[in-house]
Amino acid sequence: MAEVTYLEAIREALFEEMERDKDVFCIGEDIGAYGGAFKVTEGLLAKYGEERVIDSPISEIGIVGAAAGAAHMGMRPVVEMQFIDFIANAYDMLTNYVATARYRAFLPCPMVVRGPSGGYVRGGPFHSQNPEAGFVHTPGLKVVYPATAEDAKGLMKAAIRDDDCVLFFEHKYLYRRIKAEMPAGDHVVPIGKARLAREGKDLSIITYAATVWKALEAAEQLEKEDGLSVEVLDLRSLAPLDDEAIQATVRKTNRALVVHEDTRTGGLAGEIAARINESSFAWLDAPVLRVTAHDVPLPYAPSLEDYVLPQTTDIVRAARTVAAY
Amino acid sequence: MPRSATKAVKPRSSKASHETLSREQLLDLYYWMRLTRTLEERLVALYRQTKVVGGLFRSLGQEADAVGSAYALERRDILSPLIRNLGAMLVKGATPVEILKQYMAKADSPTRGRELNIHFGDTDRGFIGQISPLGDMVPVMAGVTLTFKMRKQDRVGLVYIGDGATSTGAFHEGINFAAVQRCPLVVIVENNGYAYSTPTAKQTAAKQFVDKAVGYGVPGAQADGNDVIAVYDVTKRAVDRARSGEGVTLIELMTYRRKGHAEHDNQSYVPPGEIERWETENDPITRYIARLTDEFEFSKADVEATDERVRKEVDDATDVAERSGFPEALDALVGIYADPPAEKPLWFREGASSVVDKHERPEGWGVWSDKKAENR
Repeated sequence: MAEVTYLEAIREALFEEMERDKDVFCIGEDIGAYGGAFKVTEGLLAKYGEERVIDSPISEIGIVGAAAGAAHMGMRPVVEMQFIDFIANAYDMLTNYVATARYRAFLPCPMVVRGPSGGYVRGGPFHSQNPEAGFVHTPGLKVVYPATAEDAKGLMKAAIRDDDCVLFFEHKYLYRRIKAEMPAGDHVVPIGKARLAREGKDLSIITYAATVWKALEAAEQLEKEDGLSVEVLDLRSLAPLDDEAIQATVRKTNRALVVHEDTRTGGLAGEIAARINESSFAWLDAPVLRVTAHDVPLPYAPSLEDYVLPQTTDIVRAARTVAAY
Repeated sequence: MPRSATKAVKPRSSKASHETLSREQLLDLYYWMRLTRTLEERLVALYRQTKVVGGLFRSLGQEADAVGSAYALERRDILSPLIRNLGAMLVKGATPVEILKQYMAKADSPTRGRELNIHFGDTDRGFIGQISPLGDMVPVMAGVTLTFKMRKQDRVGLVYIGDGATSTGAFHEGINFAAVQRCPLVVIVENNGYAYSTPTAKQTAAKQFVDKAVGYGVPGAQADGNDVIAVYDVTKRAVDRARSGEGVTLIELMTYRRKGHAEHDNQSYVPPGEIERWETENDPITRYIARLTDEFEFSKADVEATDERVRKEVDDATDVAERSGFPEALDALVGIYADPPAEKPLWFREGASSVVDKHERPEGWGVWSDKKAENR
């Protein structure tokens, strides 16, 4: 089987799910005739028509709300945010309406909100964000953020089939940079399960999305230069978090470094460090440290963006600090 | 009545819609309005006894607007009410017992004590509860009616929005999207003069809310919201239009909010005499009683028999609602997601770990319409 990119893997999932279930439909800005700003939905309109591939007005509140209404009626909408940065416009609809619907009103809201996320692409302040933390903080929402093409496909299929709202963050840096052969058959990756990206015994790097690849690079370098055996845990799902996998890796290596591309304050790394502290303090040989972006809106110039975002060299340096305790 | 700048929805025949209503239905309209008012009066009594554990929202003076509009829908249609549309919910099948239990936060209330007041729904009976951020239900109902269209179902949606919430982005995005998609949706702007304490003049520079229809490319219509027959007629035309595939209509109903935003609100911002004037000159129930007896030839006894029936129903409902208990605290952790079925109590709560495993979601959670028979 031919290899497909991360982006093509998401598209495959959309085709397969629309084929499998006629209640699945896509809605978003420029997703139909144009195929989406990044062409994720290319070809869907030709195959499924305007009724199931809806080019919407520029209305994030409108389309997320409409998706919720359709989901109540038994549909399974997949909403595209042209850039995930614009999900902020729909924050009220997602957190006040969608997230609470099942709890307060027993209204099912099986829908997916997906969109290109993340930096390292010279996108500037409004085409580079990682706004996952605010949604992970909201009870009632599920959040996934795959790092591999296989997971991108399998998690998208799981997200569409989930009976609650799943926010699906797609890393745009990875869209066309990574490729993999897709597992055969109906490939569904369960939400809430982390993936061990690399086995090791001296130190655990817990991360997700694009920084998984930076962590793997760092692990390689640390093995060569320091003889350190580094384990890398790719969380994949951010809500719910796979506490079992986090505990298992920490209790195995006794040292943990949490890495993410999102800004530091209020970011997920703090939550993960707190959980490790609560569950596995006795197993730790070193404090849990964080490598994150600086608390800065993401700037455009390469020299600025590269400084603000976490790089492989940062991870290497931080890992050495954790290992040296 | 100001004249609308927009093209009005033309009736399909010269006969007004209400002329097809039976005598039983004409009296029915009165029943629902009276039930709304009497039930709210009972809620005030319970509120003063502190049995209503949260705020109390009245629709005094707006009963015709809620009842007349909802009455224009069919059983299979879906509406989304606002806080002052108790009457619309009752027409759609919500029961006084449910309303009372909901206000009193009872374990067997429609939301099992999770939500307040009339924030509840039942898609089966055809109403979806609003949430407090205003305007949000317009996009949601756009999606509900988009589904009707996609599935080629002969169903219509109706969403209410207050004068205040027309200023929200959600209203704009929702009605615009529904208009573009030609969703079978009727949008009713209830202009009751105030959004909490803010008068309409501070809400919009538009002369009248119905003028907003032009900007969305949909027909607009305006009616006297305190005339239940006029409300029925204008809504029925818009509903028929939506049902025949012609899309969205925006209706502005002119009414007046005689009570404050909620029971605690002393209405100090209202000019002296304004409330009293509406009460004496333009009460929707008083007006309809006059019409029932003068024009439709009902007797005073017919009206009084309805009042008596309502009184008894509200008394009985109160007895039933008061008997119910409050929710078990641990029910707070159930049903945030379909899977997992419940959250675990946090470790610092005594006995947490032992309770966690035993507490499973009881049979029937999330399908409370199964409980309908019991509630009624």
